[in-house]
Amino acid sequence: MSNREAVENMISVTIDGKECKAKEGEYILNVARANDIFIPALCYLTRCSPTLACRICLVEADGKQVYSCNAKVKDGMEVVTTTPNILKERRAIMEVYDVNHPLQCGVCDQSGECELQNYTLELKVDEQSYSIPDTKRETKNWSSVLHYDAGLCIVCERCVTVCKDMIGDSAIKTTKRGGPALDKSLKGSMPKDAYAMWNKLQKSIIAPSNGTDYTNCSDCGECIAVCPVGALVSRDFQYTTNAWDLKKIPATCAHCSSGCQIYYETKPTSISDRREKIYRVTNEWNFVSLCGAGRFGYDFENRDATKDREAFKRAVEAFKKAEVINFTSVITNEEALMLQTLKEKFGVKLINREARAFQIFLDFYKQYSGKSLYSLDFKEVMSSDFVISLGTSLRNDNPNARYAFNNVQKMNKGAGLYFHPVGDKLVPTFGRNVLTFTHKVGHEEAVLLLLIELFSDKKDLPDSVKEQLDRDKLVKLLGGDSKFEATFTKMMKKKEKFALIVGEDLYFHPKAKNIVKLITILEKTSPVKVAMIPPKTNSLGVALICELDDEAKGYTIGYNAPGDFRVSALGDGDLDAPAMNQQEGTLTNMHKRVTPTNVALEYNGYTLHDIVKELIDTQTTYTIDWTPKLPVEKGFKSVDFDSLPNGYRNDGTEHRGYLLTTIESEVQEIEEVDRFDESIALDGDIVYRCNPQRQFNDFTDKAHQIFEEFALYASPKRAETLSKRVVVEFDNGNLELDVKVDERMEGDIVAVPDFKSDRNIYELFGASRYQKVIIREV
Amino acid sequence: MSLEKFKNRNVGTQNYKKLDLTHPPKSAWCKFKQVVSRTFKPELCIGLWVTLREMINALFRKKMHTTQYPFEKLPISPRYRAIHEMLRLLESGHYRCIGCGLCEKICISNCIAMETRYDENQRKEVSEYTINFGRCIFCGYCAEVCPELAIVHGGRYETASEQRASFSLFEDMLTPIDKLKLQQEYQGFGAVSPNADDNIKKTPLAY
Ligand code: SF4
Ligand code: SF4
Ligand code: SF4
Ligand code: SF4
Ligand code: SF4
Ligand code: FES
Repeated sequence: MSNREAVENMISVTIDGKECKAKEGEYILNVARANDIFIPALCYLTRCSPTLACRICLVEADGKQVYSCNAKVKDGMEVVTTTPNILKERRAIMEVYDVNHPLQCGVCDQSGECELQNYTLELKVDEQSYSIPDTKRETKNWSSVLHYDAGLCIVCERCVTVCKDMIGDSAIKTTKRGGPALDKSLKGSMPKDAYAMWNKLQKSIIAPSNGTDYTNCSDCGECIAVCPVGALVSRDFQYTTNAWDLKKIPATCAHCSSGCQIYYETKPTSISDRREKIYRVTNEWNFVSLCGAGRFGYDFENRDATKDREAFKRAVEAFKKAEVINFTSVITNEEALMLQTLKEKFGVKLINREARAFQIFLDFYKQYSGKSLYSLDFKEVMSSDFVISLGTSLRNDNPNARYAFNNVQKMNKGAGLYFHPVGDKLVPTFGRNVLTFTHKVGHEEAVLLLLIELFSDKKDLPDSVKEQLDRDKLVKLLGGDSKFEATFTKMMKKKEKFALIVGEDLYFHPKAKNIVKLITILEKTSPVKVAMIPPKTNSLGVALICELDDEAKGYTIGYNAPGDFRVSALGDGDLDAPAMNQQEGTLTNMHKRVTPTNVALEYNGYTLHDIVKELIDTQTTYTIDWTPKLPVEKGFKSVDFDSLPNGYRNDGTEHRGYLLTTIESEVQEIEEVDRFDESIALDGDIVYRCNPQRQFNDFTDKAHQIFEEFALYASPKRAETLSKRVVVEFDNGNLELDVKVDERMEGDIVAVPDFKSDRNIYELFGASRYQKVIIREV
Repeated sequence: MSLEKFKNRNVGTQNYKKLDLTHPPKSAWCKFKQVVSRTFKPELCIGLWVTLREMINALFRKKMHTTQYPFEKLPISPRYRAIHEMLRLLESGHYRCIGCGLCEKICISNCIAMETRYDENQRKEVSEYTINFGRCIFCGYCAEVCPELAIVHGGRYETASEQRASFSLFEDMLTPIDKLKLQQEYQGFGAVSPNADDNIKKTPLAY
C-alpha cells in the first residue's frame, strides 16, 4: 500500500486534548499508544483479539465509558483517558488483582518487570478493601519448557489469546478454578467493572486445552513472553537470575528465514566462571512472535575457541588450494560477500544447495515478472484476508509464515487454502474457513492451475493455460470433494486481499520453471500476490549475493558444512569460527529486510574475515566493514553497519535494518506453459525432507533445550506399520533411523530431517524434496 | 545548652576555682634546695610501688584493667559495620536469604555475586553467595536493603588475613548450625524500627 493511500484513509481523533491521526477501524488503545498517550491495559495484545478480561483500559469516548482496547475510533471522536469514576474503577480493579496474590515478589522471576506491580503502584494502591478465602492452586509443568504457577496467575488470558490468535496451537484455555463465589452484596457496593472482572477472575484458571496435564504444543514459549506476571516461566530459566542483572543484546534470530528480532540476555555464567552466558531470549512480543527454536535454542556458541596459529596457517593454505567452498545458509550477508569475492578472485566454486535452488527459482521469477523479489512480505500476508499456502509444510518450515496464516483466520475474518502432500492436523484448526487439500506429490502445477481457475480474470490467459482449466477435474484430482463449490463461495465472501505463500517444495521441484510461469500468470491476472519462504536462514541473502554453482568436484572447504577442510562454528572443525551469537553482521530475512545482529558472547578465535584478509588485501578491519559493500544492484543499500537500527516503534512500525529494493527488469512474455501431466505424481513409499518443529540446523541441534531427534517422523498410523528402527533406501545411499511419531502428521508420507549437515541429506534427496524409497527393517 | 556562660569573660563572677599553687623558687639557692629535696624524697619509690602493686594485682590476683586482645574484645556497637554475617531462621535453621538479589543489585562496589536455582522443593535455592571483601566498602547498603534481614553486618572487624577471600563464601558468613542458639538478632543498619507495627495497615483476610 502506498503512503498516499494510507494518508487518505486517515481520520482524526482527540485523546486528552491531543489531536491524533488514525486509520479508520483502529482501536482507541492502539491510537493512543502510537501517539505516546498512556492508557493502562493488561489483557490486550497488539495483533490479537481483545478479550476484555481486565477492564482497566476504560476511557471515556464522546462522554460514554468504553474499553479502549475494543472500541474503535471514529472521526472527530473526543477521548478522555481518566475521569474520577474511571480512576475509582481502575483502583478497585488493581486492589482485586492484589487479593490473595502471593507476596513472593522477592523470588518471583518477573523480578520487577511485573505489570501487576507496575499498575498497583501506578494506581497508588496502598490499602486493600476486599478479601476472599484463597483456593489451593498448584504449580504445574505443562511441557519441557513451560512452568505454570497458578498462584501467581491473574487470568488476564494473554497466554490463551496469543496461543490461539497468533501461534495457532490453541493449546491452553481458561477453566474452572473452583473457588468460593463472591459475596453478592459487593455487586452494589463496589465499582461495577471491578466487580464484573473479579467475578470472572474468581471462577477461572488456565489449563492445557486437551484436558490432560500437558500442552503437547509447539513449545514456542510465546505464552511465557506475554505473561504480565511470573505465572508462566521457562523451566530452564526459573530462579536462575533476575531480569535486572541481564544485559540485553539486540539481535536477529539465525535459525530460520523469518529472522525475528530478539534480545539475547546475558550475564556471567557463575561465580567461578565469569564468562558471559545467555540466560534467555526475549522479544518485543507485541510486534513479533518467536518460535521454540528462537526462544530456547540460544546456547549454540563456540565457547572454547582460541587463536590457534597453526590451524590458522593450515586454513589459509587450504583456502589457497581450495576448488570448492561448501556452506550453509546460516551465514551473514557479509560473509557470503567474502565468499563471493573469493570466487571472483580465485575462481573457487560455491556450493549451497538450498540457496541455489531458491536462486534459480528467483531467477525464473525475475525473468517472467520483471521483479527481483517476490511481491509480498509476510507483514502484508498477515494483513490479507485470504491466504493460500502451497509447497511448504507450514508447521515445520517457517513458524512465522504459519503464524501469519493463522492470524489471518483469527483477526481478519479470513479464509485459507492449504495445499500439501503431507496431511497436517493442526492447520485445519486455524479457522472455520480453512480448507486443506492433501494432494499427490508432483501435482503442485495442478494447484496453481486451480488457483488460476479460481481467482484469475480468464480474458488475458494464454491458451495453453486456458485449455487446462477444468475446475471440477482439478478439484477432484487434488483430493477435494463435491462440497468444494459451496465452501469456496462461502470463503470468498467479503474478501479483498489475497496472499499466496509458497515454499521449498517448489524450489526443489523438477518443474520449477513451469511453476514460476504459472505463479507469474496468477499474479498478473488475479488479485493474488505471492510471498516466498526462503528455505533456510539467510538463503535469500546468499541467493542475491553469491553466484552459486550446481556441481563441483575437488578439494573442498566446508564452512559449517562437510568438506576436506572444515571451518566450523560448531567447535568440531579444523578451524573454529564464531557462531551467530558471537558475531555481528546482517541477515536477509523473508520479509525482504536486511537486519543487523550483534555480538552476545565473546569469541576468541579466528573468523572468516581473518582468513580472507590473509588471502586478499581487503583493507577492512572488521567483518562489518563489508556491510556497505553489499551489492546495490541486487537491492542492498550502501550503509554502515553501525547506522542500522534494530527495534520497533510504539505504533508497531518495524525499525530494523532496511528493506531490500526490488529491482525491476525486462519482462519475458510467457508464450506457453507446459501441459500438466498427472502421471508425474510419485507413489509408493515416499519420504519428505522436512525437519521436526523447533529443529532447523546444527545450531538448534546443539542447544540443550531443543531435543527433537534426528529420526524418521511418521504419522501415528504410519508409525504403527513401521518397526522401531528402519533403513531408508534411497537411489544413491541408505539411511538408518529411529522411527518417531509426529502426532500432528497425517497420511503415509514420512519425514526425514536435514538439520544435521554431516548426514548429507541433500545428496540423498537430490533435486527434489520428495523421494521414492524403500523402507525396511534394520 | 546556651552559650551564655562561655561568653562571660569576667574572672571572679564565674564558677572557677583557683588552684593553690606554690610560687616557684626565686633565688638560685632556693632552686638548689628544691632540686635536692625532690631528689632525695621517697616519692620515686611511691611511684614504683604503685606499678609493682598493680603488677601483682594483675598477675596474681586477677585484677587486670587492660583488654586482653586478641583473647578479649571490647563490645562493639550494633551499628558498627564489619564483616557480614548471614543469619538463619531460628525456628527451622534454614538460611534466611531468599535469593532475591537486591543486595547484589544495590551493592555500590558491585562486589556481591550469587547463584540461585530452582530446587527440589520448588523453592529458590541460593547455591552460592559471595562478597569480594577486597572491594567492599562496608557501606551497609546490602544489610539495609535485605528484606529478610538475612545479610547483616557482624562484629568481626579484623579484616587482616592472608586472603580476604577467606571471609567471603556463603558458608563462611552463615551462622554455623550448632551456634544457632547464639545467633543475635541484628539491631543495626536496616533493622526493623521498634515502632514498625504502627506504620502498617492490616490487609483484610477472609478466614
Ligand atoms: S507476579 Fe509480580 S506481583 Fe506477583 S510475585 Fe511476581 S513480581 Fe510480585
Ligand atoms: S498465565 Fe500469565 S498470561 Fe496467562 S492468564 Fe495467567 S497471568 Fe495471564
Ligand atoms: S508454548 Fe506456544 S504453543 Fe505452547 S501453549 Fe505456549 S503459546 Fe501455546
Ligand atoms: S557493605 Fe556496601 S560495598 Fe560492602 S557488600 Fe554491602 S553493599 Fe556492597
Ligand atoms: S537481599 Fe537478603 S534475601 Fe535478598 S539475596 Fe541479599 S541476602 Fe538474600
Ligand atoms: S486491556 Fe482492555 S479490557 Fe484489558
